[in-house]
Amino acid sequence: MQTINFLKPNRDNIKNYSIIGSILILISLIDVISNAFLKTNLTSFLPGSLTTLFPLIIGLIGLNMMRIDYSGNKTLDLLNKNINTNNFNALLTLLILFSIIKALPPSLSWMIFDANISGDSKDACTGTGACWTYIKVWFRRFMYGMYPNEFHWRINTAFILVIALGFVGYFMKENLKKYLALYYVIIYPIIAYLVIYYLISGGSFGLQWVETGAWGGLSLTFIVSFFCLIFCFPLGMIFALGRRSNLPVIKYISICYIEFWRGVPLITVLFMSSVMFPMFLPEDFFMDKLVRVIIAITLFEAAYCAEVIRGGLQSLPRGQYDAAKSLGMGYWKMHIFVILPQALKLVIPGIANTFLALVKDTPLIFVVGLAELAGMLALAKTNPKWLGFAMEGYIFASIIFWIICYAMSKYSYNLEAKYKTER
Amino acid sequence: MNNIIKKFLPQILAILFVVLIFGFLTINAQTNMDNRGIDFGFGFLSQESSFDVQFSLIEYSGSDSYARAFLVGLLNTLLVSFISIIFCTILGVIIGVARLSSNYLIKNSAAWYVEFFRNIPLLLQIFFWYYAALRALPLPEKANAWFGVTYMTVKGYYIPSMVWENLNVFLYCGLAAIISIIVLRNYANNLRDTKGKQIPVLLYSLALLIVLPLLSFLFGGVSLEFELPQLKKLSKISYIYEGGISLPPELIALVLALSLYTSTFVAECVRAGIEGVSKGQKEAAASVGLTPNQVLKLVIMPQALRIIIPPTTNQYLNLTKNSSLAAAIAYPDLVLVFAGTALMQTGKAIEIVSITMLTYLTISLTIAAIMNWYNKKIEIKEK
Repeated sequence: MQTINFLKPNRDNIKNYSIIGSILILISLIDVISNAFLKTNLTSFLPGSLTTLFPLIIGLIGLNMMRIDYSGNKTLDLLNKNINTNNFNALLTLLILFSIIKALPPSLSWMIFDANISGDSKDACTGTGACWTYIKVWFRRFMYGMYPNEFHWRINTAFILVIALGFVGYFMKENLKKYLALYYVIIYPIIAYLVIYYLISGGSFGLQWVETGAWGGLSLTFIVSFFCLIFCFPLGMIFALGRRSNLPVIKYISICYIEFWRGVPLITVLFMSSVMFPMFLPEDFFMDKLVRVIIAITLFEAAYCAEVIRGGLQSLPRGQYDAAKSLGMGYWKMHIFVILPQALKLVIPGIANTFLALVKDTPLIFVVGLAELAGMLALAKTNPKWLGFAMEGYIFASIIFWIICYAMSKYSYNLEAKYKTER
Repeated sequence: MNNIIKKFLPQILAILFVVLIFGFLTINAQTNMDNRGIDFGFGFLSQESSFDVQFSLIEYSGSDSYARAFLVGLLNTLLVSFISIIFCTILGVIIGVARLSSNYLIKNSAAWYVEFFRNIPLLLQIFFWYYAALRALPLPEKANAWFGVTYMTVKGYYIPSMVWENLNVFLYCGLAAIISIIVLRNYANNLRDTKGKQIPVLLYSLALLIVLPLLSFLFGGVSLEFELPQLKKLSKISYIYEGGISLPPELIALVLALSLYTSTFVAECVRAGIEGVSKGQKEAAASVGLTPNQVLKLVIMPQALRIIIPPTTNQYLNLTKNSSLAAAIAYPDLVLVFAGTALMQTGKAIEIVSITMLTYLTISLTIAAIMNWYNKKIEIKEK
């Protein structure tokens, strides 16, 4: 059967076809680029909607002429295989390319060329672009909240100390490594709490007392997610083991706990911690709002952690349990030395996802009046001297959170690859 | 003896622990409430609420009871969840399939879409849409019509409303179409199993779905008119659209943020599902002579769906729970209306927070139970 071979190259004439094709694509790209960057319409002589469709049509014909199963030319084959397998793909390729080119000039000019960063008041922002002056002026507030300016070094020092203590595991001597779990689960949280309490809260050693209401900004996000992270993991482990237990009472208590926290939204949990929980405390007992919120988020995330860890426990083959038991190990010995090390390795991605969700959930504490980054933005947005810069603020915060979360997810991939054991 | 202790001691201790904690909390609550002169009870639900809600699906005014306010909030939560679920499914399926595309540009654009929207906290996204993006929209008098009849303004999205006559006839026709499609499918399956004949069920079903409701317009006395939004001057500088339905900007911001955020997770589920069907299945199906459409419909999709549906339902559940962030931008959902305004007015913290939590818990557990049943049903039964 004779197939119609209109504008279809074969191996003999591909050279000519590819030259004509690339020229056509070049024309279409030039048209779009001049349209987007120079605001000139090269094809204004064409009637009506044909002007807008012109680059698309020309580009499609060009790509169609270059399409061939195998040409021998590496570049051309690579191109055909990746962006030009059929007409539909070619169309999508062109659409994506064109929309990127079209979107570049306005976003670039808004973010960079027409933007202002000099000066330190609203008047400095005269251009039509973004007002980064706003971010510059408010930067310390966004990072440290209402914490007094002259004491910011205390927050920085505390963070550096806590991070440094966290890395102790890397430098620990080989014969002390078996105590690492103990260190991270019990000693490290206590030390971190003491460091943050004495440095950031102050009140002793000649440091002025700063109440938690003044804490805020990104540093508060870090403090809340840090404490929730280190507390929710061991708690989650306990409930995961509880749910797998043979003892019915413990099993059902764990199930109730997990299903309850997983069934309610975090925002109601936060409401509970701020309005309902004080009613359940003894009369003359005062618990700081920040502490209540941290407890609430920890209890909440522990349920998610527990489910992830349970998944790991379940996926271990029965033989591991049997083997451990046949060596005469008891419940705790079996879990600590055989089951948990393997199960935790399996659930690294899941745990990382839970932690990521936790970090992304921390801005929610804004609804109970703790001004971390999102809260500070809301505050800055309504400041009469700085009205109308909501866009800049949210883009800034989004970039910061994006970098943190993206880094975390990439790190979890690395961990996963590192601890992957062949089964 | 030793064994019995090992078995019962931990359980008794656990029970004691739980009882002690709950007892401690209840006693505290009792004394606290006595001291402050608050009494515990749900009688307030039938009292007059005397606050107004900006946007509600059912008739509601300040003279209605707190129970009705609760219903208004619940319906608003369900509305925003429902719309977002539809959008996030459509977007998620498109992005998930795009991530498996052979086209380098499409694959990577989809991957970056996922990485981008997934790694920004949902609350920030909601704020961004509500306070930054939607505030840049034109005022009502300056808005251009979208699709000729709808107006996207800074005060909300105005769409035409439908005025039905004899709506019930139309609905009955639709119902009849669905029933006849089910009957047709059963008949076709029967025919295929016994005689090996195939009939184009999809084509017939579509025809039924279009023709029967159409008949109701021609013979059933059903008529449909559109009420278009009209620009109206309120005062010298303030304009508003009247008629039609107005969707408040809070709803739009919430739907945008929720569906974009959740679509990334749905996309990952879809991708995992399609990748999870082994290539051999496709080749085997093709080698027994099924057409590419049949391969997709009869071999790939049933297996992929088995992997896709459970985690996707989980995402829908997350979306419903996340819709409670509405409280942050004052969309009157369950949390804002009930755990916010009603709590402020009555001061019944314990009762109201428990009702709110129980409502979400009920929704979650119901869907979880349905999912478990479904999973059991579609499980591959190994012989």
